[in-house]
Parts: sequence; C-alpha cells; structure tokens
Amino acid sequence: MNYQSQRVAKPYFIAALGLFVGQIVFGLIAGLQYLNGTFLFPALPFDVVHMSHTNLLIVWLLMAFMGAAYFIVPEEAQTELYSPKLALITFWVFLAAGAVTILSYLFVPYTQLAAMTGNAVLPTMGRGYLEQPLPIKVGIVLVALSLLFNVTMTLIKGRKTSINFILVGSLWGLALLFLPAFYFPQDTVKASFGWWWVVHGWVEGDWELILGALLGFILIKMTGVDREIIEKWIYIIVAMTLISGLVGIGHHYYYTGAPAYWIWLGSIFSALEPIPFMLLIAFSFKTLLQRRREYPNKAAMLWAMGTPIMAFLGAGLWGFMITLAPVQYYIHGTNFTAAHGHLAFFGAYAMIALAIISYAMPLLRGRIANSMVAQRWEMTGFWVMTTSMIGITLALTGAGIVTAFLQRAAEDPMGFMQVQDKARVFFWIREFFGASFFLGLLIYLRSFFFAGEYEYANEMKQALSK
Amino acid sequence: MQQVFTKAMARNIFLGGAGFFLVIYLLLAYDSFQQIPIRDHAVNLTPSVLRGKYLFDTNDCIGCHTVNGEGAYYAPELGNVYKRRGPDFIKAWIRSQPSGAPGRRQMPNFHFNDDQLNDVTAYLQWLSNIDTNKWPPNIEG
Ligand code: HEC
Ligand code: HEM
Ligand code: HEM
Ligand SMILES: [Fe+2]
Repeated sequence: MNYQSQRVAKPYFIAALGLFVGQIVFGLIAGLQYLNGTFLFPALPFDVVHMSHTNLLIVWLLMAFMGAAYFIVPEEAQTELYSPKLALITFWVFLAAGAVTILSYLFVPYTQLAAMTGNAVLPTMGRGYLEQPLPIKVGIVLVALSLLFNVTMTLIKGRKTSINFILVGSLWGLALLFLPAFYFPQDTVKASFGWWWVVHGWVEGDWELILGALLGFILIKMTGVDREIIEKWIYIIVAMTLISGLVGIGHHYYYTGAPAYWIWLGSIFSALEPIPFMLLIAFSFKTLLQRRREYPNKAAMLWAMGTPIMAFLGAGLWGFMITLAPVQYYIHGTNFTAAHGHLAFFGAYAMIALAIISYAMPLLRGRIANSMVAQRWEMTGFWVMTTSMIGITLALTGAGIVTAFLQRAAEDPMGFMQVQDKARVFFWIREFFGASFFLGLLIYLRSFFFAGEYEYANEMKQALSK
Repeated sequence: MQQVFTKAMARNIFLGGAGFFLVIYLLLAYDSFQQIPIRDHAVNLTPSVLRGKYLFDTNDCIGCHTVNGEGAYYAPELGNVYKRRGPDFIKAWIRSQPSGAPGRRQMPNFHFNDDQLNDVTAYLQWLSNIDTNKWPPNIEG
C-alpha cells in the first residue's frame, strides 16, 4: 500500500464479507422453502427471502467494487484520494441504507412499505433486484455520485492510466445504468424491456469492464508483466463485451412481447458473448506464464486465475446453453436460468471481488501477504466454495431440464407444481451443496484470524528441506 | 507484431465498437417501442387493469412467480394463467390462500376486497393477450 488514503477501502471490504454471509443464509432458507413450503411461513414468505438474498448479493458486490475503486484509483493515479473523509462517510451511509432495506423487507409487509415510502407518487417497487423503496433508490444514486466525484477528482489530479480510465469510466456507467430503475412504465412489456437495461446492462456490459479493470490491476501488480501489454488485452476484451453484448440484450426479448426480429438479432449477437470470457482466460494464463516474479500471496493468485475460468463456465458456457431462441423456447424462466445466474454471478463477480479483497486486505493490514497457514485456509475455502457452486449449478440445471421435458416439451404436459415435485431430488442436492458452500465460506473467513505475515526465510528453508 | 497493433488501436476499437453498437441498439429500441403498444394491446390498459397492475407490483407477485418467464421460479407462470384457469378460479384461488397443506409451497393471503380482486384479474387477462411469439409452448406455462 503506497498511499494512506487507500485505507478507506478496508471497511468496505469487511462489510462486503459480512453481507456475503447474510446473502448465503437467506439462500439456504430459500432453498429449504423449496423443499418444505411451510418452513418459516407466514413469518417469512418465499418472496421476502428471495429479495433479501438477491439484494444482499448486489449490495455486497457494490461494496467490494467501491472498496476496490478507493484502493486502486489512488494507486494508479499515484496520488492520495481526493477526499478520504467523504469516502468514509459514504461508507456508513451505504451500509446503513443496506441494513435498513433488508430489515424493512423482513419486518414490514411489502405493500405497507410501498405505501409508507411514496411508491404511489413514483412507482418503482415490485421488480426483480430493484425491490428497494424509493428513498433507498435515491440514496443509492447519492452514494454513487459521491463515489464518482471522489474517484474522478483523484483521476484528474494524478497519473492517467488506461486501467484507471476503464475503472472510473465503468463506475460512471454503473451509476448511469441504475437510472432506468426509476423508469417503470405502466405498460408491462415496455417495463420489462427497460428492466434489462439495468440487469443485462450491468452484468453483460458495464460490470465486465469493472471485472477487466480489476483483474488487469492485480495481474500487473502480482506478475510484474508490462502494463502496456496488459492494458492492450483489457481494451480488446471490453471491446468484445460491448460489441456482442449491446445488441445481445435481445436474448431477453424473444418471448416477452417485443418484436420478433429480436429472435434473430439476439441469438446472433448473444452467441458472441462468450468470446470476451474466452479472451479473459487466454489473457490471464498468458500473463501468468510471462510473470517476472513469484508473488508471495498465492491465495490471491488462485482467486485471480480461478475467476476467468469460472466466469467463462457460468456466463460463457451456461449462458450460451440458454441463449439461442429455439432452446430458450423450452428453458426460459426455469431453474436452468437460476443455474446460469448462480455460476455466472459467483464465477465472475463474487470471485473477482474475493480476488481483490485477497490481494488488498493483507496490504491494508500492513503485510505483503498472509502467513502460509492463513493462505492454506483461504485456499481451502476457495476450493470448497467453488466446487460447491458447481454442485449447486448442476443440481439447478437438472431441475431446469425436468421442467423442459415434463412441462414444456411433453405431448401431455404436467402442471407446474407436479413437475416441481418430480424435480425434488435436485432441490435436495442444491441444498446439500448450499450447506457445503456455507462451510467453505466459514473456512475462508477463518483465514482472516491468523496473526503474522508471510516469511520469506521460513518458507525458503522449508522448501529446500523437502 | 507487438508494435504493429498498438494499445491506442485497441482503445479505438473499444470506443468505436461500443459507440457503433450503442447507436444500432438505440435505433432498434426506438422501433420496438413503436411496436410494443400494438403487440400488447396497450389500448386495453383500462383504469381497472392499471389498478390491478399496481396491486400486482406492490404485493411482489414476481417474488415467487414468473410473468412471461421473468421473476422467480417458485410458483406457476402467471402470464397465461388467465387462459389456463379463467377468472372465477383465479379469484377463488387468491381468496382462499394460504392452503396450509403441510409441506406444500405457500402463497400468502393479500386481503383483497372484491374490487381489488376484479382489478388483479383484469390485469392477468391483459397479460394473457400479449403477443409473445407463441410462448409458452403450452397452457401449463
Ligand atoms: C410467497 C410466494 C407467492 C407470492 C408472493 C404470490 N404467490 Fe401466487 N402462488 C404461490 C404458490 C406457491 C402457488 C402454487 C400453490 C399450490 O399449487 O398449492 C401459487 C399459485 C397462484 C395461482 C394459481 C396458479 C395456477 O396455475 O393454478 C395464482 C392465480 C396466483 N398464485 C396469483 C398470485 C398473485 C396475483 C400474486 C400477487 C398478488 C401472487 N400469486 C403472489 C406463491 C406465491
Ligand atoms: C457474468 C456475466 C453474467 C451474469 C452475472 C448473468 C446473470 C444472469 C441472471 C441472474 C439471469 C436471470 C435474470 C432474471 O432474474 O430473470 C440471466 C439470464 C440470462 N442470461 Fe445471463 N449472466 C451473465 C452472462 C451471460 C452471457 C454471456 C450469456 C449468453 C451467452 C447469458 C445469457 C442469458 C440468457 C439467455 C438469460 C435469460 C434466461 C431465460 O430466458 O430465462 N448471460 N443471466
Ligand atoms: C448457499 C448457497 C445458495 C443457495 C442455497 C441459494 C439459493 C437460491 C434460491 C432458492 C434462489 C431463488 C430461485 C428462484 O427464483 O426460485 C436463489 C436466487 C438467486 N441466487 Fe442464490 N443461493 C446460494 C448462493 C448464491 C450465490 C453465492 C450467489 C451469487 C454469487 C447467488 C445468486 C443468486 C441469484 C443471482 C439469484 C436470482 C436468480 C434468478 O432469478 O435466476 N446465490 N438462490
Ligand atoms: Fe443478458
């Protein structure tokens, strides 16, 4: 860590991990309700658990991205952050807003929440991921403005690197793409069309730029490979993201009331969307092979290398499987979609968040890398969480295929609830891997509680004596 | 090779590609917005339908259900439920929740009065007439 003001990233990272735990707890409850529909009913109906799970996901990822921005932008600009104090105030505002949101979901019935918060004046509530009451949405915009002001001023007064341009530019994009959350027309088809500007626009557009910038940054730091080469790769990768992904949004317009030409346009362009993820793998491994040093933080390296692979599997492969219109005709809106959503969100965004946390947290705690004991715990957490997520994905894929065959493509189609019963075994498997995911998360968190740092002399001696 | 293809060229591909396809997308979106009101019969968005929609959103029906495949996967598709079940079943159903059947997935009771039930049903009817390119494949959704 080269600049004192980078320290403000620390509370962001810690809070992100805390909210991550919350997300998984709600995931496990939702999974149990799939198996036992009266579990915690009526105190916690499924929709409340569902929105708590997905909103916590978004909030912890945003926390981690913001922490990453406050850590990276000063380092790249080679200057102190414009206002560390503002960054800290913003942290507390954002954390409070997140906490209030989840508590209000849990303790206030949703209709009442809408009535209390002026939803009738400007309706925004009742859409996936964007369930927050109006004042919270306004708060999110204010937090984003504060972040943008701070990092943009830092960028302006310091060194201008491509990593910083892409990172700060994509943070502007993130905020801009949130604004359609305030556009909720009465025509449901138009509303759905615009809802994807936020959802697809984030995960298959703007956030891929953030992913590229973060991965580029940590690989420059950990491998010592020439910045020019890395930045050139990142530009090509994010170029492919937007070239395929902008019109590729059409894969959400096949069967939701939009014109039929999207069936062709969406299929062709979204079929190209896996390309940036393939390039990301090629880029990371080429960079790894050309490394100029052995970075002592092995755990961070593992996260950094795991991210492109898992992102490719979740977004590139699982996304591709459901993206062509004839396939989606049978698989649209089933648990196959949830399988893809889980592996993609985890592989791309949860993992890049954990990668930057893994790289930055030891530095923020005054060491280059953690002791090998701590790193072994962290790497065990990596493997348990990653394999569990693959298990969850395969289970949900199985459940989705059951729906496709028994309900969608059958001569004599079965009703929804009957089909869900047939897929029961897959929901058990999902819950089993969910529990092991949680265990992996606890193992990972345990790694933060070892004192001491990586000791070159010690490790060298051990390596030689083998 | 390194020198032939420079970082500046990569950046220009990024900016040019993004700008070009953004413009293409905006034109297509503009055209879609002209066609959508015809495809979904927006003229039928009566005050009753719109009141029903408001109840639908503020009770978070898509937190459990899908509408035209969007939402959650816990409960049946509602985009075509009007055609599957008809108005009388729907009203009786919503009124009689939760089922309380042990272990079965539960839908809350929303305490709708008769007018509100009519509004929600009118909205479900409006949904069922959207041209979705023949999706879902069959009536089960
Ligand atoms: C907490 C989850 C949940 C919420 C919220 C919810 N539902 Fe349901 N709904 C269910 C479940 C589960 C079933 C199937 C139950 C069964 O078959 O026993 C169902 C079934 C239905 C059915 C019958 C479908 C059929 O094909 O038989 C209708 C109609 C319906 N819901 C309408 C609504 C409306 C309208 C709303 C919003 C005002 C709503 N639901 C909100 C869980 C929910
Ligand atoms: C990291 C990147 C990605 C993430 C995080 C992600 C996440 C998601 C999520 C959460 C959904 C469900 C949305 C809902 O609630 O309805 C979804 C839907 C979808 N995604 Fe992705 N996605 C990513 C990349 C991709 C890519 C690259 C493709 C195509 C190759 C793709 C294809 C699709 C399709 C076709 C659907 C709609 C499924 C349906 O019809 O039900 N996704 N994605
Ligand atoms: C213990 C592990 C987990 C369990 C048991 C779990 C369970 C669930 C359940 C039951 C749903 C609701 C599905 C529905 O709509 O019916 C859901 C949705 C979702 N979860 Fe998880 N989850 C877990 C971990 C995660 C993780 C780690 C992520 C991402 C990093 C994640 C991201 C999501 C997303 C994006 C959705 C919305 C999906 C969609 O609508 O397609 N979950 N989860
Ligand atoms: Fe998409």
